[in-house]
Amino acid sequence: MSLTDNKKKLLVWGIASGLAAVMLAHFGNPKNMAICIACFIRDIAGSVGIHKAAVVQYFRPEIVGIVLGAMILAIINKEFKVVGGSSPIIRFFLGMIMIIGALVFLGCPTRMVIRMASGDIPAWIGLIGFVGGVGTGAFFLKRGFTLGRSHKQPEAGGYVVPLLLLVGLIIAGFTSVFFASEAGPGSMHAPLLISLAGGLIFGAIAQKTRMCFGGMFRDIFLLKNFNLFSIVFGFFLTLLVYNVATGQFEFKMNGNPIAHAQHLWNILGLYIVGFAAVLLGGCPLRQLILMGQGNTDSAITFVGMLLGAGLAHRASLASGAQTAEAAGGPGLNGKIATIVCIVILFAVALWKSKKKVKYD
Amino acid sequence: MIKLDARGLSCPEPLMMVADALKKHPGEEIEVMVSEMHTKTNIENYCQDHGHQVEVTPQDFDIQIVIK
Repeated sequence: MSLTDNKKKLLVWGIASGLAAVMLAHFGNPKNMAICIACFIRDIAGSVGIHKAAVVQYFRPEIVGIVLGAMILAIINKEFKVVGGSSPIIRFFLGMIMIIGALVFLGCPTRMVIRMASGDIPAWIGLIGFVGGVGTGAFFLKRGFTLGRSHKQPEAGGYVVPLLLLVGLIIAGFTSVFFASEAGPGSMHAPLLISLAGGLIFGAIAQKTRMCFGGMFRDIFLLKNFNLFSIVFGFFLTLLVYNVATGQFEFKMNGNPIAHAQHLWNILGLYIVGFAAVLLGGCPLRQLILMGQGNTDSAITFVGMLLGAGLAHRASLASGAQTAEAAGGPGLNGKIATIVCIVILFAVALWKSKKKVKYD
Repeated sequence: MIKLDARGLSCPEPLMMVADALKKHPGEEIEVMVSEMHTKTNIENYCQDHGHQVEVTPQDFDIQIVIK
């Protein structure tokens, strides 16, 4: 009997993944960031010195846990296969672009849903951009967009980046080589082992269910398939119940933690994430899971996201959070980068689309 | 029999190929070659949701799926 073959079972798995996020928020992660893939990759980029934004530096064990959780389950279930070679350099740059978009919004699609579950109205408005981006990507998929086939790769290649992450975590856990924020979001975190456990659980569930926040809308648009929606809805429900039960739910436009209310840029930032996620075959979370399953293209996408996050803070492309003194949102660099990223996405989508019946 | 080669393609391209073939060739058997397990699972679930039987045969590196 399969544990993931219908929407009800997937809904239960979604609820379980939400509980892992709740645990992380309860034990110290920022409340409305419980498990944000983009934010946590950005924090890792800061911890290893790729950027110098002092408030967002911490080697997040959740990222390592997600990748290893997916890898362990994939190995147990004989689903670990080392493949790669599907336009890796394009994927690298798409990874950079995807995370720049996420950092203009201040969150990946996972955090978008977490923020929505806390009543964060700008996140609900940003959802419009995300759906639009996924829709645009789906349009190009229908026109024959493809990054080409991956092929069997040498076995060792599938372990390289996951093992580097594990070594990084061990270094972070036992030494003070890496930077660690003393204030701001980077300083807010659950204890290391709880973070790692939360990541392992979340990664294993995501591997088993093929959870993907971009794939959710993509599959609805292209295949009228609501399986992935069921998982994400379960995740959302858990966070919503947690926020209501703990008095943290409040529908509000302004004053949401580590967020801004510059709606146009929230929409465009998430438009980039949705569009790039469809071109890449999965959202930032899904890239981590695929990397755990041995996909070296996703490992390269992860490296792109890591460097993209570093660049976003080095070059002031990432948005600032709204405070009592400042409206937050992207500065001029971030706005220019947003437009450039969208233009590049259209260029890649047009370049790699070909009208052709594939099964002839 | 319609033959599809979806090996190495990213999601959801293999599923789009299958959905397209099922629509254009109703009643015909379709053989799909895939290389990753999650692609196999996606196709299995999709076919079961749409009332088709599926036979899966693992091969050396790839997986053969026959949809009836």
